[in-house]
Order: sequence, then C-alpha cells, then structure tokens
Amino acid sequence: MVKKIDDETMENICILAKLTLSEAEKEKAKEEMQRMLDYVEKLNELDTSGVKPLSHLFPSHNIFREDVITSQDNRDALLGNAPEKKDGQFQVPKTIG
Amino acid sequence: MKQYEMVIGLEVHVELATKTKIFCGCSTEFGKEPNTHTCPVCTGMPGSLPVLNKKVVEFALRAGLASNCRINQTCKFDRKNYFYPDNPQNYQISQLYIPICQDGWVEIKTDTGKKKVRIHEMHMEEDAGKLIHDEWADCSLVDYNRSGVPLIEIVSEPDMRNSQEVIAYLEKLRCIMQYAGVSDCKLQEGSMRVDVNLSVREAGSESLGIRTEMKNLNSFKAIARAIEGESERQIELLEEGKAVIQETRRWDDNKEASFAMRSKEDARDYRYFPDPDLPPVQISDEWLETIRKSLPEFREEKMKRYQEEFKLPAYDAEILTESRSLASLFEETAVSFGNAKKTSNWFMVEVLRLMKERGMEPEEISFTPKHLADLLSMLERKEINSQNAKKVFERIFDQDIDPVIYIEEKGLKIVEDLGRLNEVIQKVLDENPGPLKELLDGKEKVMGFFVGKVMKEMQGKANPESVRKSLAAGIEKVGIEKAGIEKRKAKE
Repeated sequence: MVKKIDDETMENICILAKLTLSEAEKEKAKEEMQRMLDYVEKLNELDTSGVKPLSHLFPSHNIFREDVITSQDNRDALLGNAPEKKDGQFQVPKTIG
Repeated sequence: MKQYEMVIGLEVHVELATKTKIFCGCSTEFGKEPNTHTCPVCTGMPGSLPVLNKKVVEFALRAGLASNCRINQTCKFDRKNYFYPDNPQNYQISQLYIPICQDGWVEIKTDTGKKKVRIHEMHMEEDAGKLIHDEWADCSLVDYNRSGVPLIEIVSEPDMRNSQEVIAYLEKLRCIMQYAGVSDCKLQEGSMRVDVNLSVREAGSESLGIRTEMKNLNSFKAIARAIEGESERQIELLEEGKAVIQETRRWDDNKEASFAMRSKEDARDYRYFPDPDLPPVQISDEWLETIRKSLPEFREEKMKRYQEEFKLPAYDAEILTESRSLASLFEETAVSFGNAKKTSNWFMVEVLRLMKERGMEPEEISFTPKHLADLLSMLERKEINSQNAKKVFERIFDQDIDPVIYIEEKGLKIVEDLGRLNEVIQKVLDENPGPLKELLDGKEKVMGFFVGKVMKEMQGKANPESVRKSLAAGIEKVGIEKAGIEKRKAKE
C-alpha cells in the first residue's frame, strides 16, 4: 500500500522542515512526493523476508581518530559565516519567552 | 484520601572526560572563551565529516561494564532531527536502534535496605551548544564550545519509588563513573544532567499512570524537591478527578514549582535514521576483554578489603571509599606511613573536617601522600605535639608543603633540652607557691595546672611525658627540702 500524501501530511512536513509554501507550491510538492513514493513502492514487490536490514552500503567499520587535539581557535573564520554576531557568539532570535 | 506511590525512571546524561570532542579534534575544556573550541565539524558546516573518537567508545564500554550491562558488539549511530539554534547540524548524532550497552543494573542502599535499579540502556551521543539569553538586546547568543562534547545517556527502568531511592541511584552512578574514570559527574558544571520521569498510581496497583518529564535539575537537593513537588501536583490533579497530561516540565528551584514546556500534542517527530557518515562500530572480544581487565577495584571490593586487610571499621571503610581519589590518597598515605588504622583516624577526623570547612568535594582534595605520612611519623616519634601537627596538616592540605622542612623552619620540632626544661619547671614552681602547697598537701589535680604552665613556657616544644616526669621529680625535690626545713624547725 502506497502512502497517500494528503493535505494533512503535507502540513506536517512543512512544520517539520520549517517551510512556508503557497497553496500552488503545496499542490506541486504533493504531486512530486507522491511520484517518489510510488517509484520506491516498486521495492515492496521483492520478498525480503530473511534479509537483514542494511544501514551502511560499504563494508567498512571502526573508522576512529585518537583522542588528540588537532584543531585550533577558528572563531573569527567560523563567525565570518554568521549573519549576525555579538561578543564572539552567534546571534539568533530569542529562543525562550 | 487514597494511598499513592510514585514510579520514577531517570535519564542521566554524563559528559565523558575525553580531551577532545566525539567527532572532531576540538578541545572539550570547560569554561573557555565562547566559540574558541570549534571547527567546521562541531558547528555543522556543509561538507564537514565526523570521525569517531576511539576513547569515547572505550569510556562507554567502561561505564557499561561497570554497571553490569550487556554490550552490543556491533552498534551504530543515528541522526535525531530537530531545529534549534544550539544544534548547528539540525540533527544530533545519537544511538537509537542499537545502543552500545543494554540491560544493566546497579545496586542501591537506602534506609529500607538494598535494591537493584535496572538500566534499560546506555548510548553514546554528542552534546549541543549553549544558549545565552541576552535580556537587553532581546536575542539569544550561541556558544558552540560544548557542541560535540561526548555524552553517554543512561536510561533507567522505572524502578524507583521515592526521592531517597533516586538520590541513592544517582550517587551510585556518580561513584561508578568516577571510579571507572569516565567522568567527574559534577551537577553544577553540567557534566552530569538528570531528567526525571515521574508518574503516580494508587499503592499496590500494577498499571502505570501518565508520566511527566522534568528538566533543569541542578543539584541533588533540587532533584529531591522537584520529585516531592511534582508528585504532590499529580496527586492533587487525580484527587480532583482531573487527568495528568503527558508533558515536559521545567523545574524552577527558586519558585519550588514546575512549569509546562511542551506537551505530547506538539511532541517532536525526530525522524531518526542511521547516520550515513559514520560506519558501524565493531567491538571485538579482545578489545572488550582488554577494557574489562583495565577496570579498577570498585567501591564495594575496596570497602571489603579495607575491613579485612586494614582492619578498619565498616563505617570508616565506607567513608574513605566514597570517592576513588580520596581512597587512593588514604591508601598511599597508609602504605607510606605504615599504620592504616592511625592513617584512617587522621582522615576521618582531620581530612574530613578541613574538607567540610573549605566546602570541598572529596575529588578536590589533593596533597602528596608522603607529606602526611611524614607528619604522622613525626607525631608518632613525639617530635611534634598533636596540636601543632594539626596546624601543620592544614598547610599540607591547603598548600601541600613539606612538613619536614616546614617544622624545621618554624622551630616546631620538639628537642629534648632537659636543662631548659628544668629551668622552666623551677621558675613555674617558684612563681606559684599557692598551688604548689595544695599539691604538696596531696591535691593531685593541681598537677595538670603545672603541666599546662610548663608546656606554655616551652611553647609546645616539649614532650608532655618528659614534662610530667621532670615536673614530678622537681616537686619531689621541693617536698623533701620543705620537709627537711620543717624537721629542722621542729628540732630548734
């Protein structure tokens, strides 16, 4: 059973993704997402009973780094990307009432 | 009113004591200038890639083994998606599907006896940044120094029934983590953070009530108060025939009340999925065994050994092993000095007294064990009196001075100068004819008065035993002379 992208689902996705879409955009997105789901639905035709879920495609594991400090103070460069900053910090809209 | 009981489960976040963050080489040092310990990875710059710190896995394994968990030898990381300024990637890397440790337990002790609290799971994750609210400018400021600091989240089963059990569980966890060397667990600095899940139900009932989750608990006392406050609130609702709403509440310790943060209705949908940037972790039997072997002697074993090997009372053994660092200070001092019981007595009285006076935690005490051992040896050989020894120890406790040099320099060492002692005794006897007469008339209590006078004159630099001996001899001499004079007088 293919999940139906209805208005309610669309609304919820917009909330989660913090998107504000116009009615026309919503309709278009609904259609596109529905097409994607229909396409992926094809996989459900395969019998996967007895197949272990796969989370990673490559057979690598245990890619570690040692507990050694390698980075230096990058503050100015990093803050250079901030739209607003104050006292060496990123300035954002007030988060609590 | 019906009888109610509480059902409490905890989520405890423990900051791991690694030098660097979980996925990048930035320092984890606490209290540095904002954003000076950041890089493209921990500020979520596009294209940056996380690489797991091996030490984080080792610390998580130590914590899990120390609390009787089953280890998932293959585990992986998942993304927890949400938007908030303290989370620059818009997802937190955590473990949902296969946490590293599961199904453990710790034993707690309360007034009502011993009890096991089960641990549902323990997983690795990254910490978020810190938000500071700027009241004046009506905005918030973000510091990402803490972003990416490694955490383990320890989720208990709902096995606790009152605040006493909760505190006992937290103290036990803190003790285990400190002994295992994985965290200092300071609530005030946020290296241990506790969320309380609490519901109430009629006593004897098997079903669970609707629970709330409480956050912002910064001390054991606040946790105890929050538990009492929240259970009262829930019971009141039920008594009024109202329902408890499943929600997250923020405890305000000043107001001694909790306030709703968000309810289940707008509960977040985190859309977890496996993190494609991080390959799975596989823990071999050999690796696990190496970790198991490297675990230290834990508190229970230590307590037992102190009682058997050092013949300490159970109470002393319990106090001394409360913190691993205090226990090793004690042990090293005892070994260096050679008498565990006397070392323990000194710790139980002097060390604990100073710790209390200075408002310190046991972990903060630090001095060279040999320094105290040397002082105790000098006290044992009566080269210093106990009053001065206590004063010298304060110096060791605060500044870790070398007592041998210090005592020499300050001239506190007791040197047996019998000539000087006899001079002082003669002087004291001459100056106090009244008490002397009382003494000669058989009032033995006056002896203490003379010993005190002599010790004062000697400025503490005399051995009380020698003082007593020489004083007795001096008095006897006076007595004989006096008797002779009286005899002669009688003859005449």
